[in-house]
Amino acid sequence: MFELSQDHEDFRAMVRDFAEREVAPHVAEWDRAHHFPTDLAPKMGDLGLFGLVVPEEFGGSADPEGGPFTALCVAIEELGRIDQSIGITLSAGVGLGINPILTYGSPAQKERWLPDLVSGRALAAFGLTEPDAGSDAGATRTKASLDGDSWVVNGAKAFITNSGTEITSVVTVTARTGESADGRPEISAIMIPSGTTGFEVAPAYDKLGWNISDTHGLTFSDVRVPQENLLGDRGQGFKQFLKTLDDGRIAISALALGLLVRMREEATAYAQARTAFGRPIGVNQGVSFKVADLAVMEETARLLTYKAAWLKDQQELGKHSVAEVKQAAAIAKLYTSEAAVTATRLATQIFGGNGFMEEYPVARFYRDAKILEIGEGTSEVQRMVIARNLGLSS
Amino acid sequence: MNIVVCVKYVPDAQADRGFDESDLTTNRESVDGLLSELDEYAVEEALKIAEAGEGEVTVVTIGPDKAADAVKKALQMGADKGVHISDEAIRGSDAFATSLLLAKAIEKIGAPDLVITGMASTDGTMGVVPAMLAERLGLPQVTFASELTVDGDGVTIRRDGDTASETIIAKLPALVSVTDQINEPRYPSFKGIMAAKKKPVETWSLADLGVDAGAVGAAGAYTKVLSVTKRPPREQGQIVTDEGDGGSKLADFLASRKFI
Ligand SMILES: Cc1cc2nc3c(=O)[nH]c(=O)nc-3n(C[C@H](O)[C@H](O)[C@H](O)COP(=O)(O)OP(=O)(O)OC[C@H]3O[C@@H](n4cnc5c(N)ncnc54)[C@H](O)[C@@H]3O)c2cc1C
Repeated sequence: MFELSQDHEDFRAMVRDFAEREVAPHVAEWDRAHHFPTDLAPKMGDLGLFGLVVPEEFGGSADPEGGPFTALCVAIEELGRIDQSIGITLSAGVGLGINPILTYGSPAQKERWLPDLVSGRALAAFGLTEPDAGSDAGATRTKASLDGDSWVVNGAKAFITNSGTEITSVVTVTARTGESADGRPEISAIMIPSGTTGFEVAPAYDKLGWNISDTHGLTFSDVRVPQENLLGDRGQGFKQFLKTLDDGRIAISALALGLLVRMREEATAYAQARTAFGRPIGVNQGVSFKVADLAVMEETARLLTYKAAWLKDQQELGKHSVAEVKQAAAIAKLYTSEAAVTATRLATQIFGGNGFMEEYPVARFYRDAKILEIGEGTSEVQRMVIARNLGLSS
Repeated sequence: MNIVVCVKYVPDAQADRGFDESDLTTNRESVDGLLSELDEYAVEEALKIAEAGEGEVTVVTIGPDKAADAVKKALQMGADKGVHISDEAIRGSDAFATSLLLAKAIEKIGAPDLVITGMASTDGTMGVVPAMLAERLGLPQVTFASELTVDGDGVTIRRDGDTASETIIAKLPALVSVTDQINEPRYPSFKGIMAAKKKPVETWSLADLGVDAGAVGAAGAYTKVLSVTKRPPREQGQIVTDEGDGGSKLADFLASRKFI
């Protein structure tokens, strides 16, 4: 019950090998240069990382009985242990890019977009957040109206991951397409191919962390796309993205877990190697207790993350409910992301002055950790979800 | 095209490797093992050839129980079936006995069109098994291939030397050993990992191969390890401050070590 399958462990060994050989040697440089490594995506595609939850007919490898979502979490954890930006590139590429198309797309949409996304020859993004609608995503202002057989989209999105890479093929955005009978805005999801006239990708943000990950603001001025670019049912956009986010939260937990593993490894090694007052700093309880706390956070994060991933796989088999997954995902995301921020603070402290230097990876992880408490729902939003599931309405 | 790839399970080169003090064989218990990296090139090359046409790739390994992991990795990469030769009596075998066992196994598998091996193992690094094996099987041996093409009933390889590259052509069936320049081995995908579980692996003993215990192991060895010595610890580096004579100090150092 408390271990992953041998397949998952074999897969972990493979991804770790890949991450250490193909990713680790470059990340410090990429981070410094704020460089998104376009060439890495097809390599990850060849490994099957983008296709873990995608059925074989679209080039993926998903076998519902084989724990496909769990496998995705293993991959994100292992990439995240080497670099958080690379981990989020996979997490967002699958969770926000591929997943909505796979779940809500028509056969024609799947056929058109999925094969390239699965092979890592293209990336897709999901634009929900706007300059004036984040936690309150229902406040979306972006509008889409039907004109003949086209949607005409106007508005803006903020902070959209993977939206401006050289290989970004499509961005799915939520937009108001009218009003429901009860007067609430009707929100739908519409696919906007890169390069469509009127669709502008702003220059990359200057961020605190996740420097290797691609993030842009997007604007839409009279962007015209065919009517069939509607993703899923009209008026279901809000519901659809809420479900997308549940899965994404488990993936973020896996990303935080990768960070926690790395912080424990780095801190343990440094506490043994660094001497002060004539002995390793790790013999002082002021240091060793911090390392112990890191181990506890890592273990707790592992249990919460893989419990949630397992539930998600079980739910796909019809054995657990969506509500159970939702709650487990919010709990895992809340705990692991807050632990990640604490862990980088502890690890940096153990590294002393070196911890403040970019020469050591803990500094990069320190900068990268904070976003985990914000993206895919802030900690406050997770608490809202958890409390609501407990019957405390807000 | 039926291809047999010979692969070796070796101690991880990243780990602290050593010898078993009782019989001076490689200590395989205390370090994790894996499919020899140099053999990944052989597996990759076989898979590429098989994928380009019709073909089946069989991997063979010799070694203790854990050596099955080398077969498993090759199957995860995409090979079709595996053979694991395992027998207590094999412990301590040298290259001569290894080539005998591989030859017997390949005969039992059935005449392949092509046998591919790595250029050497990453632990013993003798690189003689391919030649011995070709001799035992009566196949043309084309070794150290940095490029391999199969056309019709022959193979063409390129062997890169220090000053020249040779092109060698041989008729099939043949044995080819490949270098680490020949390709970029793939990582197994999750799909490959799941599929590997369903692929057939046979375990053969000496009796299955009709090989006498006296012909293998320490008893059948033509070489004997008399002693082993630990690598001397790394010496402290020497820091030279450049006071205008840095270049000549560097040259003196290189000369003292007979580099120049
Ligand atoms: C690097 C990066 C990548 C991102 N990638 C994507 C992406 O790919 N797609 C996408 O759609 N979005 C993306 N986002 C956006 C992200 O999901 C939002 O930033 C996040 O949901 C928070 O929204 P906001 O920034 O508008 O903050 P706000 O909603 O303005 O929140 C501000 C603060 O108020 C708190 N708050 C708000 N409402 C309440 C309440 N009712 N009770 C208590 N506290 C409250 C919040 O928790 C937060 O602390 C990304 C963001 C970043 C930084």
